[in-house]
Amino acid sequence: MLGNVTLREFLDGLKTVPQHRPWPRHPIDERGWKELIHQLSVNDWTLLGLWGDATEIHAAFRDDEAEPEAIAVVSLSCPERKFPSLSEVRPGAIRLERALRDLWGFTPLGLKDERPWLDHGRWASSPLSLHKGSRPEQPHAYQFLPVEGESLHQIPVGPVHAGIIEPGHFRFTCAGETVVRLEERLGYTHKGVEGLMTGKPIMEAARIAGRISGDSTVAYALAFARAIEAASSQEAPARAHWLRAVMAELERVANHLLDIGAICNDAAFAIMLAQATILRERVMKAAAACFGHRLMMDKVIPGGVAADLTREGAFTLRSVIAALRGDFERLVEIYDDQPSLQDRTVGTGIVKPELAHRFGAGGFVARASSRAGDARKTPGYAPYEDLELTIPLLAGGDVGARIWVRIEEVRASLSLLEQLLDGIPGGPFVRPIPTRGGEGMALVEGFRGEILMWVRLSEVGKVVRCHPRDPSWFQWPLLEAAIEGNIVADFPLCNKSFNCSYSGADL
Amino acid sequence: MRLRGLLLRTLFKGPVSIAKPASDADALAQLGANVAERAQAKLGRSLRIREVDAGSCNGCELELQALNGPVYDLERFGISFVASPRHADVILVTGPVSINMAEALRRTYDAAPHPKWVVAVGDCADNGGCFAGSYAVLGGAASVVPVDLVIPGCPPDPEKLLAGLLALLETVASGK
Repeated sequence: MLGNVTLREFLDGLKTVPQHRPWPRHPIDERGWKELIHQLSVNDWTLLGLWGDATEIHAAFRDDEAEPEAIAVVSLSCPERKFPSLSEVRPGAIRLERALRDLWGFTPLGLKDERPWLDHGRWASSPLSLHKGSRPEQPHAYQFLPVEGESLHQIPVGPVHAGIIEPGHFRFTCAGETVVRLEERLGYTHKGVEGLMTGKPIMEAARIAGRISGDSTVAYALAFARAIEAASSQEAPARAHWLRAVMAELERVANHLLDIGAICNDAAFAIMLAQATILRERVMKAAAACFGHRLMMDKVIPGGVAADLTREGAFTLRSVIAALRGDFERLVEIYDDQPSLQDRTVGTGIVKPELAHRFGAGGFVARASSRAGDARKTPGYAPYEDLELTIPLLAGGDVGARIWVRIEEVRASLSLLEQLLDGIPGGPFVRPIPTRGGEGMALVEGFRGEILMWVRLSEVGKVVRCHPRDPSWFQWPLLEAAIEGNIVADFPLCNKSFNCSYSGADL
Repeated sequence: MRLRGLLLRTLFKGPVSIAKPASDADALAQLGANVAERAQAKLGRSLRIREVDAGSCNGCELELQALNGPVYDLERFGISFVASPRHADVILVTGPVSINMAEALRRTYDAAPHPKWVVAVGDCADNGGCFAGSYAVLGGAASVVPVDLVIPGCPPDPEKLLAGLLALLETVASGK
């Protein structure tokens, strides 16, 4: 078989697992998996996720060229605890496979990088597997990739960083001021989220889902709720969809505001951070006034939302948004007015479009490098089909382009919020989840990009298995490439312009 | 042009900062005699904090960053965050201590000079929060370093953080 086969055609005729919603899941044998790898080498299907289970592994794909786009999960049974690696055809799979090997003990055959990723040698190996290993006597000594060349020096940074940020280790190899290579080592905040969720009642698991990455708590809670609703084939009421979107857009605005300010601060233009923080604080205060929590944690729940928006709440939001619109535009003009600031952001930390494409990246990182896609539109979910949403797309790929995409996204979200407040339907805002088994998957656009959430529910309504895939899995590797050839002093700028999640990707 | 306008407006509008909150009574009671014994009048009314994320979800970090902004403006009270533990009086811990971060937390604590105090921020740093019991989590900050003050919440809001830190400042600066 040569190219020109769509994902639908490829999967046509395969068995389908009953009760996997809303997209199909197909068990596949090893021959089929190898055929899939071949297809991936000639097709453009995006790898959405790759995760382990008791006896099998699952991979999710999206075929963007199909109309409408096709999404499917493929499952390979691994009785011998090995599987042919996808890393050669989808480099985004490399870290996912390293994590899969660490947590489940499955061996990816053909994966060149044999180093552990999340496992630092401080807990028993394969903790999620039925065949748990033992804890090594000594933590692993991590072998960074060898670097050869004249007059190179290394700068190790972290895991404890200088600012109030998450922990991770960066190893820079430099020639003078220029970064020759950056290598990331993450996994420090690994909390065993997937293990913790197993066996939990839905509402308890939802609390954990809302704490996978605190800055995206609404997006994660939404992804989890949608996956649970898919698994139990129970739709949330219309009002809940709209209120969830209000919270999700508030979260997006708050995060972009802080990051736009913080990027400028890293270029020593502190007034932008101060002003952006003031605007962000208004969003946080409004969220607390309307929904009862500044970050809106635990407010999106399976079945609907935990807090209704009152008439006064909607009034408060309207006035906050109206004021934000003007004040935000003033900040944008200040950014646009400063050549000294643009001197730092334009041309710095370029992500080439082909690289964003190869890693299947999403979010503003991809949209600043010509790669379109936003889960709110593709595959889309309620209530966005009823709203007008412009998704910005730029080609520059540098820090400047990422700032501009974020600026456009703030504008788009403010417009969405106005549309949402105009159209929130009445009726109930929560509908309890019935106790029944099933499997569900959800794709939700957080501020960083697309979050994948997959769950399996038991007949008594407990979580058997849950896998969250943060957008950062496919963005972190791009940061390593973006900084190459830039000076060390520009790393904070580049890093902040990505603002990848540590906790979300460390799980 | 816009920048000049903004600067002028800011100058005439006055500060956006909230009024000083009262020191948190719970925090004062928690700190009690134990910390006062190690109090140092020499510190004056200043505290330097090194924050360590020991595995948090990043929620507490967001609220701590807000403290640094103009609205809560922590620095006007003589409290500020520093980059190195060598410059710190306080190690402020967030998150359930993940096993992968335990050594880094201990080393950061060891690197701070005496006298030093430890503040655990958030429910996770208090007792592991919803991550307690995981194979990859040790539990609250106290499982690695001696904790003097817990500011609970998920996450605690900036005003609560401010009131807690003010209580600490009062207590540690009260000695002879």
